[in-house]
Amino acid sequence: MFNKSEVLLEICHDENINISEAVLRKQVEDTGKDRDYFIERFRESYQVMKESSTRGIENEVITMSGITGGNGKRVNDYRSSGKAVSDDFVLEAMARALSTLEVNGAMGKIVAAPTAGASGILPAALVTFQNKKGLTDDEMINGLLTASAIGGMIAMNATISGAEGGCQAETGAASAMAAAALVELNGGSVDEAINAASFAIINILGLVCDPIAGLVEFPCALRNASGVTNAIISCDLAMAGVKSIIPFDEVVEAMYSVGNSLPASLRETALGGLAITPTGSKFTVSSCSGACTGI
Amino acid sequence: MKKYDIFDIMGPIMIGPSSSHTAGAARIGKMAKTIYGKEIKKVTFYLHGSFQTTYQGHGSDRALVGGVLGYDPDDERLVGSLEDAKEKGIDYMFKTIDLGYVHPNTIKVLFEDPETGEEFYITGSSIGGGKIEIIDINSINVRFTGEYPTIVAEYKDKFGMIAAISLVLTRNNISIASLRVTRDEKIAQMVMELDQTFNDDVIESIKSFPEITRIIGIKPL
Repeated sequence: MFNKSEVLLEICHDENINISEAVLRKQVEDTGKDRDYFIERFRESYQVMKESSTRGIENEVITMSGITGGNGKRVNDYRSSGKAVSDDFVLEAMARALSTLEVNGAMGKIVAAPTAGASGILPAALVTFQNKKGLTDDEMINGLLTASAIGGMIAMNATISGAEGGCQAETGAASAMAAAALVELNGGSVDEAINAASFAIINILGLVCDPIAGLVEFPCALRNASGVTNAIISCDLAMAGVKSIIPFDEVVEAMYSVGNSLPASLRETALGGLAITPTGSKFTVSSCSGACTGI
Repeated sequence: MKKYDIFDIMGPIMIGPSSSHTAGAARIGKMAKTIYGKEIKKVTFYLHGSFQTTYQGHGSDRALVGGVLGYDPDDERLVGSLEDAKEKGIDYMFKTIDLGYVHPNTIKVLFEDPETGEEFYITGSSIGGGKIEIIDINSINVRFTGEYPTIVAEYKDKFGMIAAISLVLTRNNISIASLRVTRDEKIAQMVMELDQTFNDDVIESIKSFPEITRIIGIKPL
């Protein structure tokens, strides 16, 4: 894995390769395993992503606690209502992000990318983009590789955990990963991919992690839906030629220092934010297990 | 600086909703079953720290029971594990415990044979991203992740034992990835993580030393 985007960009420029190729070569070099080993494992992950981002848009999926559910299908149905403000691509992406989080909350199979709580963003971005452009699964694997390179740099220099850095770290990392993947799959340059990753983090710096009753459901699912839209706009901003004044590595450092400054109550402890609102505090795990419905 | 593998970032493939509370819990359960190695009749899960409050909401109860039934962290049967255990006549219980200064996500899994009254336990921590660390096997202090083939041996302390056990591995072309020996009075505990997997002959050869009081071979999950 690469440690700094500076190093990654230098290699990509020198060898005239994109991020996915650079990270694949580095993996082969670091582990001695062949390219196919990584491609096969990512192919398996992508299948799981496709399924998790589809199940909840086709059928209503209700989470185990019953706090949330059915929203993936709700948003997907809304696509054909003619009332939507967002375009169809954004709506499909949001619906898919909700789907994966609902499958996650219903004890279904997902890929932590980079965590379970942020597992909706990358599949939603990739699968929706694949549908739009008619790309093959093999092409999509490049998106996963690029995303891993971005996630790796964030994990190594800062954190990808909500408990450590707030939701800016968790869904922020996933959005940055998805943004860079979209740029590469859309034919953008490596600099544009890194800029897009920077934008995705900049756009949500400071976002707190305040899960109701400590469960990975609300507001987590919503933040996966907004996270994928953040990835989409970050991709477009970068490909339009907007540049980040602050380099990616410094954006990541800033995110880490913001995370360290957040009080513990706003870092996945369910002791702050939405979790302790009068309504939020009524939900407890014991009251919800199998008992809360339709909220 | 922290080191990350590509699959730490993209993965694991798992059953939701939480890598620490579901995937890690399933792995602790399966590791406990593997180490116990006997038919499971009665099992009690002692929950420490953060598992105490959210174990139901995060499906840790289903993950732990699924784990002791042998389900992997990505097995969709985990969701129905409580029902599966009842069908198999396995008696399971959840209790809270304070294990002191251990990782906040730690669970003690106690197996009991209701007929003989025999008890056996393992204690494991879910250390993040679905990874685990086993810290105690029936009062033997250990520390291993289960990612490598692992041999845990308990023996009467005597000069040359480490060399003798290592020689068995050398003869079987197995290299040691890590080795930890602790001593308590005259009894020593050795935990070896290995680069290559072992077959039953290796365990039998080590077991044949008269000093060995107990040996457990654990294949990676």
